[in-house]
Amino acid sequence: MSVSTAVFNLIALLLVVSAAMVAFSRNIIYSAFSLLGTFMGVAGIYIFLGADFVAAVQLLIYVGGILVLILFAVMLTHRITDVTITNRAAGRIPALIVVVGLVYMLIQTVRTTPWAAAKQVTFASTTATIGDAFLYDYLLPFELASLVLLAAMIGAVVLSRKEIKE
Amino acid sequence: MSPNELSSYLTIGAILFGLGLFTVLTRRNAISVLMGVELILNSANINYVAFSHFSSGNSAGQIYAIFVIMLAAAEAAVGLAIVLAIFKLFHTIDVEAAETMKD
Repeated sequence: MSVSTAVFNLIALLLVVSAAMVAFSRNIIYSAFSLLGTFMGVAGIYIFLGADFVAAVQLLIYVGGILVLILFAVMLTHRITDVTITNRAAGRIPALIVVVGLVYMLIQTVRTTPWAAAKQVTFASTTATIGDAFLYDYLLPFELASLVLLAAMIGAVVLSRKEIKE
Repeated sequence: MSPNELSSYLTIGAILFGLGLFTVLTRRNAISVLMGVELILNSANINYVAFSHFSSGNSAGQIYAIFVIMLAAAEAAVGLAIVLAIFKLFHTIDVEAAETMKD
């Protein structure tokens, strides 16, 4: 087993174990912090796929933004000292049956499909290509994305402000 | 699992999707449901980038992944603002307790 295979398996293990912690932990703080391992693992997978820019974006936005936002929401919303089980779950057994069946089906499909063999893989920097694509082929979605972000920002402000009664 | 096979990435994506779906289905805490949605979006992103890397060779899959990350950020901001508003109104974020649409 080569070094890269070992590192890949380690990252995959970190990813799956921390995602399982998110799904099964009884304490929401543990769930929120396990999300850190999941996001880092996904960034590692992106690096293995030669997507360096996406990996950096993943670290900046997911770990630096969304995770902090989620932790803030956890701290703001529930009284941690009041309850022992902060992360209630219901209907676990039917959900487990459905999910295990679905994942089994997906993995069987992945295993039995004859995927095309990998081409000669080059690990070049992708940032310039992505920047060109955003400003030529994907200019309209790119501009729409800025509108969506503006709308989301205004929406979040409107939702979370205090209502002033006349 | 080997890093040179498409199927290992797709398997990881499928497992991550399953765990995210399980989180969304079973959790009663609204923030945990949002965490499950993030897991599902991440698994979809892994598939996008993996297919882009192994089959087409151009960067279209990576661009879609960046758009998905952008929408996930917007979703998290608005979703958590809604969760905070629900908490102010009901003093709980249990998705079963918050079931009335008017006060």
